[in-house]
Amino acid sequence: MAFVKNAFQHDILPADTPLINVQIDGEWVQVPKGLNAIEAASRAGKFVPHYCYHPKLSIVGNCRMCLLEIGMPKMSPDRKPIIGEDGKPEIGWIPRPAIGCATQLADGMGIRTDSKLAKDCREGVMEFLLINHPLDCPICDQAGECKLQEYSVEYGQSESRFVEQKVHKPKKVDIGERIVLDDERCIMCSRCIRFAREFCKDDVLGFTQRGGFTTLAVHHDKRFDNNYSLNTVDICPVGALTSKDFRFKMRVWFLRETPSVCTGCATGCNVTVGAREQTVYRLTPRENEDVNSLWMCDQGRLNIGYFQGPDRLTEPLVRVGGSQVGAVWSNIYPQIQHKMLGLKGEQVAILASARATNEELFVIADVRRSLGGDTVLADIVPRPGKSDGVLQNADRNPNSAGTRIFGLNYKGQNIAKIKEAIDAGKIKALFCFHEDAVEAGIPAETLQKLDLLVLQHIVPGPTGALAHFVLAGAAWTEKRGSMINAAGRLQRLNKATACPGSAREDLEILLNLRTALTGGNSLHKVEEVFKAAASQYPIFEGLTFSRITDLGVQLDRSKLPRPQVVKGSVVAEPDFAEEFAPREMPVKSEGLPATTPRISA
Amino acid sequence: MPAPAEMRIVLKNIDKPGYTRDIDCYLKHGGYEELKKAIAMAPADIIAEVKASGLRGRGGAGFPCGVKWGFIDPKKNTKPVYLICNADESEPGTFKDRQIIHKEPHQLIEGMIISCFANNVKLAYIYIRGEFPYGAKILEEAIEEARAHNFIGTNILGTGYDLEIYVHRGAGAYICGEETGLIESLEGKRAYPRIKPPYFPAVLGLYMCPTIVNNVETLCDVKHIIKMGGAEYGKLGRPNNTGTRVICVSGDVEKPGYYEFETGKITMGELIYEVCGGIKGGKKLKAIIPGGSSAKIIRAGEVFKVKEKQADGSMADKEIKLEDVILDFDSLAAIGTMAGSGGVMVMDETRDITRCLANLSEFYAHESCGQCTPCREGAQWMKKITRRIATGEGRAADVPLLKSVADNIAGKTICAFGEACSWPVQSFLAKFKDEFDAKAAAGTGPVVRPVEPTMSAPKGSAAYKAAKEPVIAG
Ligand SMILES: Cc1cc2nc3c(=O)[nH]c(=O)nc-3n(C[C@H](O)[C@H](O)[C@H](O)COP(=O)(O)O)c2cc1C
Ligand code: SF4
Ligand code: SF4
Ligand code: SF4
Ligand code: FES
Repeated sequence: MAFVKNAFQHDILPADTPLINVQIDGEWVQVPKGLNAIEAASRAGKFVPHYCYHPKLSIVGNCRMCLLEIGMPKMSPDRKPIIGEDGKPEIGWIPRPAIGCATQLADGMGIRTDSKLAKDCREGVMEFLLINHPLDCPICDQAGECKLQEYSVEYGQSESRFVEQKVHKPKKVDIGERIVLDDERCIMCSRCIRFAREFCKDDVLGFTQRGGFTTLAVHHDKRFDNNYSLNTVDICPVGALTSKDFRFKMRVWFLRETPSVCTGCATGCNVTVGAREQTVYRLTPRENEDVNSLWMCDQGRLNIGYFQGPDRLTEPLVRVGGSQVGAVWSNIYPQIQHKMLGLKGEQVAILASARATNEELFVIADVRRSLGGDTVLADIVPRPGKSDGVLQNADRNPNSAGTRIFGLNYKGQNIAKIKEAIDAGKIKALFCFHEDAVEAGIPAETLQKLDLLVLQHIVPGPTGALAHFVLAGAAWTEKRGSMINAAGRLQRLNKATACPGSAREDLEILLNLRTALTGGNSLHKVEEVFKAAASQYPIFEGLTFSRITDLGVQLDRSKLPRPQVVKGSVVAEPDFAEEFAPREMPVKSEGLPATTPRISA
Repeated sequence: MPAPAEMRIVLKNIDKPGYTRDIDCYLKHGGYEELKKAIAMAPADIIAEVKASGLRGRGGAGFPCGVKWGFIDPKKNTKPVYLICNADESEPGTFKDRQIIHKEPHQLIEGMIISCFANNVKLAYIYIRGEFPYGAKILEEAIEEARAHNFIGTNILGTGYDLEIYVHRGAGAYICGEETGLIESLEGKRAYPRIKPPYFPAVLGLYMCPTIVNNVETLCDVKHIIKMGGAEYGKLGRPNNTGTRVICVSGDVEKPGYYEFETGKITMGELIYEVCGGIKGGKKLKAIIPGGSSAKIIRAGEVFKVKEKQADGSMADKEIKLEDVILDFDSLAAIGTMAGSGGVMVMDETRDITRCLANLSEFYAHESCGQCTPCREGAQWMKKITRRIATGEGRAADVPLLKSVADNIAGKTICAFGEACSWPVQSFLAKFKDEFDAKAAAGTGPVVRPVEPTMSAPKGSAAYKAAKEPVIAG
């Protein structure tokens, strides 16, 4: 179940679409009926260059890059196709080129993508696109992933015949909270305009002026602040639209690309993490038609600052007297073990997180079981928001489904109980895993009553100052693991960067804690933990970590514990589809920074 | 042989002394009689008459009107059908529709009502060029007059047929005359022509409904077809070039103006030397653009080889001189140009042909809508090259370059503007290569000069301020 419904879907046809015979560059192939020439050619392994065509947007045919030769089956007077000597239909080639993007192929038609006519057309269009282009690749962020660069190498000429002065247009135009426009680089393909209109339903971009002076602009009293605005930076074939967050930070060819999943909400948009050395520079959406199609929201995309800021924990801390000092990992576990000696289950509480991976949750649940099972109060911190009817889910936790499976999700209702029990002196030890107890509603005065407060996190937060042990963990881009999105799809996070300093991957920390507290030392790697989980939790039956693949696997929804939503006084079991029923789309995103901090940038 | 007399059908009453544009005058001269006749006919019969007449569109492309109407199948179509009168008349050299609108608006309105009735149109628009504010006012008044006589509105003449006609003023661009650009503009958007396929007006036109777009003169002709009968009208002119045609003559002739002739009954020589009184000031002819500025130019003294049908049906080659070329769709097409919108532009021997082309290219660069790459970039490039050649800043290499730019536009664009802007360049260069070569080679080559402030962002706007280098070249 894809969360997002594209207004157009030229590349995907229903599975039962009948096949037709078409000739592509001399070879007869079968393609589903209803594809345009670009898509049909790509099924036959032929690439037709294009700028304005985008499989998820309306077709306008304005760039003319996809011009090719088309042919119709020759018909006899009684309207039957004439069969040639080779037993194949004969084709009558049309002398005028046609655009591939708007040419729907029918049975018996032919296209030539590499004939002289097609090549000449491309060369001509390439030249036209370049004559007024500023050619400022050396300072352009798109360089390295620019279709103008790529196609001009592939299809253009090496010399310019243009001796006139170029048209100059506005540069550095601030069209929105997160986007800068360089009009001189714009090739007027109108992809961004159509995306804003058709996908965002926020029709604020358009062209002004005419002819060679045509200039992309934002409506004069509006801004392009939509929560999906940065997708236009991705689909802009050139460097006209740049992300304020990413521009000038890093050359794209230096980025190491790691497939992963956004943890901003329960949708779990598939992303590519672009990182160099220790720094994550950008997230870009990664195609997954079962989840996010080709898109992601700006909030999720820019959610890379919080773990790269100056307050990032880079080493474990131990409280000595009134202050906290840096520590060595190997000393920490025995110390925690020592403090836990003699504590009974009801004296311990766990604040887990629906931002944790399944593997981490499994270990937490396993430790909890050893410590006393249900007598150990546990919960997560819910993050309810509003679904925007597009991608963003009402549940801003990425793995609530996982927390339900591992029995750690009490919808936050246990948090108040934990507070009361600490105040009453019943609970002596609290483990906070990637959640801040103070922020979750357990005040500092309460926490100060504890004999043992352990915080495993990436930033100290208000709880960090009070903790006896602060365990420097990993951000989601620094670890491997799996999560389950709101639709019950099991997806994988991959490690894009190493943890800073002596911070450690959370699973490693948890497994060490597990050894210290329970003696169990059978598990080491993510794969092993997943295997153990699969053997105990039937929902994962037959799965291994590697079988999840980069596109995830759909779990049997009927077997997943359902989120319980309280509607009035009735506890309703909502259908997944209902939970994500489209709601009105907010045009502005909620308090999102234009740029994000980076550790080493 | 003296030139044939004008045959005024569409222009019959226009410029007649004492003839006024109000409905009373129109009615006195037999106005709306054809409407009464048509509205008693079956719509299909009207379409059949128009088909039988062989009427070809007067807007430029010469597409058979009856065939265009026939694309909409009343049995299959479930959507409303719209009719739009294209009164955007912007092709340089063409000024006929304006005469009709200003001087006999009811002729157009009557033609429209008949055409609407024939095609079961309940809502029609007159899309009039933005620069014709007075014409728009005249049409609006005329529509009110027609309404008062129950020719427009509900239950027209008691037949139960309803029709509303609205006047829509254009957005001030040449491209608003291209039928799909016109439709976009009428829908309230920029006049960006649509791709065809799939947006053929007859299928996905105005508001994605079947739409008929016809030129002013074409719609007027419909009235006369009803009057004479399709077959009778079809006898006027020559086969496939029937009826009469309004021809607008401008440029270096003694008597420029608009004339109406039986199609194909007059030659170029007769038109220029007899009807128009010859070249101005007794000079010699240099060149003619025969069908609006987009038509390919022809050079004085040219001799064309054409195929001619013989009495026995066989084809034979024949040479004809420019003066003997007949002014109709097929004859002009046979010599490699077109009758287009009927605007004949005449240039005398003193004209610098490079300047003439620079002028036209300037127009096309200014009017390209900018939507598709070859036309947007190419039209402006051609303007810059032609201007340089014309002003003495050319180079020898400019001539082949210019030709190749034009070749890279024609046939590769969304709309026929691509041809409209490149045909003049291609034909000027082909016909006057000697002059272009000489002038280009004698030029200085490109001269770098300081740049002026940009036109692309209004002064004082945020975009203007944001522009690092607010400069524009060319
Ligand atoms: C660039 C361009 C401009 C045009 N301008 C006009 C115009 O001003 N008036 C007009 O009647 N047709 C114009 N046309 C032709 C129209 O697209 C259309 O063919 C015509 O209105 C059809 O009417 P007809 O069949 O009665 O000739 C133009 C075409 C192009 C490509
Ligand atoms: S800014 Fe980019 S996406 Fe938008 S029209 Fe220009 S080139 Fe296309
Ligand atoms: S919709 Fe959710 S998962 Fe997708 S990018 Fe936004 S926050 Fe991340
Ligand atoms: S050919 Fe020119 S006028 Fe026509 S759509 Fe393309 S840019 Fe616009
Ligand atoms: S991709 Fe077909 S015209 Fe742009």
